[in-house]
Amino acid sequence: MDEQNVLTSDVFERIEAELRGFRQLAKARGVLLVNRSGQLFGQAGDTSRMDTTALAALVASNVAASRAIADLVGEREFKGVFLEGDREHIHISLVGSGTILAVLFDSQTSLGLVRLRVKSTAKALDDLLRAKAQRVVHDDPVLSPFAEITEEDIDQLFR
Amino acid sequence: MSFINYSSREINCKIVYYGPGLCGKTSNLSYIYKKTNPENRGKMISLATETERTLFFDFLPLSLGSIRGFKVRFHLYTVPGQVFYDASRKLILRGADGVVFVSDSQVDRLEANVESMENLRVNLSEHGLNLDTIPLTVQHNKRDLPGIVPVEELNGLLNPRGVPWFAASATNGDGVFDTLKDIAKQVILELKRKG
Repeated sequence: MDEQNVLTSDVFERIEAELRGFRQLAKARGVLLVNRSGQLFGQAGDTSRMDTTALAALVASNVAASRAIADLVGEREFKGVFLEGDREHIHISLVGSGTILAVLFDSQTSLGLVRLRVKSTAKALDDLLRAKAQRVVHDDPVLSPFAEITEEDIDQLFR
Repeated sequence: MSFINYSSREINCKIVYYGPGLCGKTSNLSYIYKKTNPENRGKMISLATETERTLFFDFLPLSLGSIRGFKVRFHLYTVPGQVFYDASRKLILRGADGVVFVSDSQVDRLEANVESMENLRVNLSEHGLNLDTIPLTVQHNKRDLPGIVPVEELNGLLNPRGVPWFAASATNGDGVFDTLKDIAKQVILELKRKG
């Protein structure tokens, strides 16, 4: 799957429903779905006190750096990265080729359970994003909010 | 690559500040951070060395308001300017919607500017992006210092495409917001053009 640049409301809701279901099953604190450019596609769980915008950018950078490291050691890609803290941990994995799942968890669950649940959710999310990509490309060109924009609209952003 | 979320009615765009080491890329972001209402910006993240040279990138998310009911957000990134961090520079360019090339106006940095622009062309092409077509703004920084190259000469070497350019002194803010406004405008107009 290529990078996504448009999320319609129905796809967004389905993504967040999948993320909510995953979080419950994995007993994780929170979960983020991020694209490779560091844009946040969706989230679920206890993320309200986190700077999820910055977290998304850093997660994507971490994956990008890991991929470059993989290349240096002759691997095509590392499928996952595990950041282990004293109390909080983050498991980062690829969903298809263009999206990243970051799971935040603590002692309420285990790395094994998180990994197990990531497998099935990654598949479901990938299917969802692939179907969405095909629809946008082939038969549902979404009207851009920029279509009617004027230079005056843009100037107003800086007033 | 811009990201449009129809559910939350948000548009996110990525702008990368590029240029040779110590040209003032981080100074641009620091000034923007300092002068922007806290409600309209997120935390500035700097992945830097112990001597405060950029190691990986700086990141600053900005909310500029709304257009036609969509919140417009820009994610500003810098790259590390030092030559040996090329692998990192490549990674940061991924998905860029626009680039600000910051040149260092000092005479002894002329060659470094030219090399950095050539490096930008190569690294963009690795992501399928083209320096001749991507939204681009050139900022000639450090105009307040002695021993600087005339802007005409800098433009001749660094701006053959004739894109908008600005004279700047990023540490005191001169030209910083003019540059940001111009690249933001170019990026949005490019999104409009793509429909």
